[in-house]
Parts: sequence; structure tokens; C-alpha cells
Amino acid sequence: MYRYEPIDQQLVRERAAQYRDQLSRYLAGTLSEDDFRPLRLQNGLYIQRHAPMLRIAIPYGLLSAAQMRRLAHIARRWDRGYGHFTTRQNIQFNWIRLEDSADILDALAGVEMHAIQTSGNCVRNITSDEYAGIAPDEIIDPRPLAEILRQWSTFHPEFAYLPRKFKIAISGSGEDRAATAFHDIGLYALRAADGAPGFRVLAGGGMGRTPMVGTVIREFLPWAEYLNYCEAILRVYNRHGRRDNIYKARIKILLRALGAAEFARQVEEEFAHLAGGPGTVPQAEYDRVAACFAPPPYATGLDDAIDSGGDKAFSRWVKRNVRAHRAHGYRAVVLSLKPTGVAPGDATAEQMDRVADWSERYGFSEIRVTHEQNLVLPDVRVDQLHALWQEARAAGLVTPNIGLLTDIISCPGGDFCSLANAKSIPIAQAIQERFDDLDYLHDLGEINLNISGCMNSCGHHHVGHIGILGVDKDGAEFYQVSLGGADGSEAGRGRVGVGRIIGPSFAAGEIPAVIERLIEVCLRERTDGERFGDVVARLGIEPFKRGVYGERLARHDAALTELT
Amino acid sequence: MSGRVLLAGGGWGDDATRLVRAHDGAPPAVGDVLPLPAFLALDDEARVGVSVWLAPADDPAQVAPFVDRLPLIAVDFPSFRDGRGYSTAALLRTRYGFRGDLRAIGDVLIDQLFYLRRVGFTSFALRGDQDRRLAAAALHTFSDVYQGSVDQPLPHFRRRRPAGAPT
Repeated sequence: MYRYEPIDQQLVRERAAQYRDQLSRYLAGTLSEDDFRPLRLQNGLYIQRHAPMLRIAIPYGLLSAAQMRRLAHIARRWDRGYGHFTTRQNIQFNWIRLEDSADILDALAGVEMHAIQTSGNCVRNITSDEYAGIAPDEIIDPRPLAEILRQWSTFHPEFAYLPRKFKIAISGSGEDRAATAFHDIGLYALRAADGAPGFRVLAGGGMGRTPMVGTVIREFLPWAEYLNYCEAILRVYNRHGRRDNIYKARIKILLRALGAAEFARQVEEEFAHLAGGPGTVPQAEYDRVAACFAPPPYATGLDDAIDSGGDKAFSRWVKRNVRAHRAHGYRAVVLSLKPTGVAPGDATAEQMDRVADWSERYGFSEIRVTHEQNLVLPDVRVDQLHALWQEARAAGLVTPNIGLLTDIISCPGGDFCSLANAKSIPIAQAIQERFDDLDYLHDLGEINLNISGCMNSCGHHHVGHIGILGVDKDGAEFYQVSLGGADGSEAGRGRVGVGRIIGPSFAAGEIPAVIERLIEVCLRERTDGERFGDVVARLGIEPFKRGVYGERLARHDAALTELT
Repeated sequence: MSGRVLLAGGGWGDDATRLVRAHDGAPPAVGDVLPLPAFLALDDEARVGVSVWLAPADDPAQVAPFVDRLPLIAVDFPSFRDGRGYSTAALLRTRYGFRGDLRAIGDVLIDQLFYLRRVGFTSFALRGDQDRRLAAAALHTFSDVYQGSVDQPLPHFRRRRPAGAPT
């Protein structure tokens, strides 16, 4: 993990002090709500349906044991004993008192944490691959590059009041596990033919109201220039992005309006002024940061085979929740935050403490947060898997459903969020209850089911193999279903695309039956255990529409399409 | 503008200029700060002693030919949430070589002073309701910076002592 130096610690402390002063002026009435809003947002504080929500940054999803324990402490002392891990690898506390928020930032600063730029129209938390540094298919470790980018974007004076929020993801493996194509900037680390490290640069991807796959604007950028290149993109965006309409203010709209070629030309023109300047990253800086991410002292001479001892439940968990590791005799373990009956991504303070304990006992004191809203213990010895499984089972963290239908990505939805049109969590729970048969789930295989409570798409519904979106119909909550989205990960065989809506929306109570019908179509049509996403890619959405709406409705639909 | 402006050094200065928000076509007087279109419409002689202010959408490249003659360029923030003026300032300083007084005008609040100072502003016409006693300290909210900008072109990684070097 990155270890703070004096400057890092000092800036986080000074930020907490700055916020405390702003909060006290707001509470005293000398700072107006309008003037305070962007300031609190850039410290992660939203005013929500029931109480303020605080979103804490977990840079590229990495946590130490001490940091996880501090999150548990915050959950107990200032919230209701639990927290919600998000699709951007952060954590949110939904029941914070505004008056306590400055104390929480101080508590975070004590363990090298903060809530800097977790909201607002600025560069947000940098997200990355949860298996960085341990994945067998890794080409370049994205963590040092993500950390250097985090520092560069922290309090960048020119880009704190952008037209809209700005998200950067960085990935460096064969499989893109960071959905880089759906970010304002996607940095895909790779090597040129001569072995030189660099990036393929994508811009203008995103979900939200107008989902778009990012466009490659640079096939290869020498790695040391990436801060300058990001600066060039951000400057073009800051100057020319739309500010008259919040729904058209993201960089993807600018890129589409200018055309990708013209957008890239403007970026390159700006970049020409910056390349080779002070922002070019020296090798020594890379080496300094990379040293923090050196491999931990793995034991050698371990047996790499997993002995299940004939335990069926353990074997099933190993198959679903245990991932390959670069070090011989080690595995990465995914702790599922998706048991039936719990809001996806929620963890209690007790669970956080336990996970922190295990990261020390079964690893090197490190924990990862995944964008699918689960936790990962990255360095577990094969011969300790069974012991960990037993402990984690007692804590309710071994549901063997990673990548399966019940491993649902979901935003907090209308139960908490004031932006939502509809609730998300009860929909997720109803689906989990309907599909609680593990044999059935394992037979169906990998599938991404994502739920968002509104068009802001925090639940990534656009890239779900099945996506569910909450919509408002004359004040009632309805749900639109889409099929065939893909985020670029292996579950979608590297495909990238936005799902297609299958037809008229449904009432909440209809959703489990709709999902059941979609799966019936898949099971009927698939060959050789084909995955759901592959079936949709092969057949398109028509057979699924017929399965859900019935022959007559589908034909009627087609006739209408021909007429218009 | 008239009145006092905060200076980047933390002190206060008198302001003798006259901000012309909407130009009515009258011949400008010395000390006037004109909108960009009005300023560009003047001939060289009429520009003597006259300054210009840029709106968020104005292209700073348009004042590049005049930077050596202009004692003051103002950049307007109709709302502090509109951040285009930060890029305008950075470009005036780093690309177009403006060395005179660069002033933030409009919705200028103490909570943005640190960033404004960093991108090259040297004076600040604060919004009327701002607490001036807090202003000087707000210029220095943070004691160090990661990334380069106008005030400090070198990122922290270029100012770092080599590992093991004596302190």
C-alpha cells in the first residue's frame, strides 16, 4: 500500500481543518447553503432523504487493516453500525449528523484517509482493478500509476469547478476489470511492441442518462506523459464543456458534439504545450511510489493444490469465491457482501473488524474493495483457505455467489437517496429470495444483474447483462429492464456495450417473475452451458422479449416498429 | 471596481479602475476596464490606459497581442461554480505571457482564494459580503501542493530531496 509521507499527511490534516472552519461558518449562518454546497460535496457530504450521507474515498479500492477498523469505528460511533461499499470502490455512511462530519474527517486523517473529491464537479476517486498486483494476467501494475494520478488530481487548482463530475479509471491487465470504457478518462496500461510501457487513452465514456462507450483518442501514450495528457483533456473540457444544462455537461457530450477526431485534435494541441514539461513524471517518482507496492514476503515452497477434504460447501465456495494468484500457493478470496436479505454492498461494523483481523492473520494487512461491491483478501495461503472459510462463514461472508445472479450490483436507491426515482434494495432482495437455490444459480453460471434507482446509474444498470432501472410513472415506481450490457470484463468475454431496453416497464412486484422468464429463455436456448451474456449476444433480445411479454405482444411490437 | 482589492501577497490595495460591465459605445476613459468585444473594437490609441475583462466563454488568445501593454486583465466569475476562469488565468500566464495584474472579479469568495491564487491571479475583488478578516489566511489554506501550476510550476515530485539526502 501507499505509505503517507509528511506532505500527504499534512494536506489531509489541513483539509480537515479547512472543512471544520467552513462547517462552523455554515452552522453559524455566515456561509450560505448555496456557497457551502460545493464545499461540502467536495468533502463527500450529501444531504439525503433521511440524514446527510458521507462518502469516504478508498483510493483505487485499497484498504489497510487499520483503515478498515477505523471505518468500523465510524460506523459504530457516528452511524448505525454499518456502511455501504459502492461501485466506485468507496464507502458511504447513510446516517451521519452534519455536526459530526468534521470530527469524522479528523478520525479519517488519523489513518491516512479522507473524503476529498468524492463528490462535486471535480476529479473523483481514481478506480482500478481489485486484483492489481496479484492477477496472473497483469501487464502493468496500475496501483503506482493510480496513486501518482491521485496526488496530481488532489486539489488541482484549475479543475475544482468543472462543468460536471469527472471519473478516471486505470487498468493494466488482459481482462479489463475496471470498466475503463465507461469513464470520462479510461487509461488502459499496456506495452508497445518494443516493450515500452504506456497507455491507450479513452475519453468520453460514461453511464448516466446518456450512456456511452469511451472513444480511443490515443492508441499509445508514453507512460511518463499521462499527467500532462490528462491535464490537456481536462483543460479542453473545462473550457468547452457545456454548463447550461446539467444533463449535457459531461465530457461525453462535448466529445460527441465536436466529433472524436476534432476533440482529439484539440487535446493533442493542448498536450503539445505540456509534453516534456514539469508534469512529465520522472522515473525516480515512479520508483518511489512503486516501492510501496512491492510484493509482500510470500512464503515459498507451498503446495498449490487445494484440499477440500470432501466438503461440498467449501468446494463450492472455492469454485465461486476464490481467485487465481500470481504467487505459487496463494489465492485471492472474495468475501461476498451479497447474502440474501442484506442490501448489496452493506457490511456491519463487526464484519469490518473481522475482515481487518483476517487480513492480518491470512495476509499482509491489506483489503480490496471491488466495483461489484464485495471485499477481497488478496493474499491468502492455499493451506489456510479452509480455516478462513470457517471463520468467514460464522460472520456471514461466504455466500458462494460471486459472479452469479444474486451477486447483484445495486445503488442505495430510493430508501436513502434523494435523487432516486425508485427503490433498488427491495428489488435486489426480492430477486435474491426468488433465486436462493444454489444449484440452480451455479447451473445458470455467470451473469451480471445491475440495479439503479435512477438515470444517474450508480448501480451500473447500463452494463448489466440484465439491467434494471427505476423510473417514475405518474408518481409510481416502475422498472425498466435492459439486456446485453457489457463492461469489458471477462464475464462479458471482453465485450463492451450498453444494454438495450426490452420494452414497457414493470411494477416492482413483477420483477422477480420477469427475471425468471428471462432465465427460462436462456436455459432453453443455450448450448453447452453457454453464459447468459453470450446467449444474448448470439440471439439478440427478441427471444427474451417474447419470453417476457408473450408472442402476441412481441409481434404487435414488431408491427409497430415497421410502421414508424 | 473601486474600493479595496485583496492582493495575492495578503495585503490590500486601492483600486482606481472603473469596471464597465456593459459598454455603451462611449469613448473610454483612462482606468476603464472594458468587456472584450468593446476592447477589441478600439484602435490602438484609444486603448492606452484602458484594460479589459474576460467573460467565461472569452478566448484568452484574443488578448495575447496586447499582454505587454496591459497593466491589468480582469477575469469574471458570474458564479463561483463556473470554473472556466481558472483555465483562462492559467493560459494567460503560461501561454500568452501576461505579467501584469490578473484580477478575479464577480462572484469571488474567500473559499476559492487558494485555487485562484495558484492559477495566477494577483488581485481579488471579493464579493461584498465576504469576511475580509479571513481572506489573507485563505490564500494559504494548504502549506504545500502536489501538482504544478502558475504559482509553483514544479510538481512536488520535482522538489523532493533525493532519498537519503541530508536535511
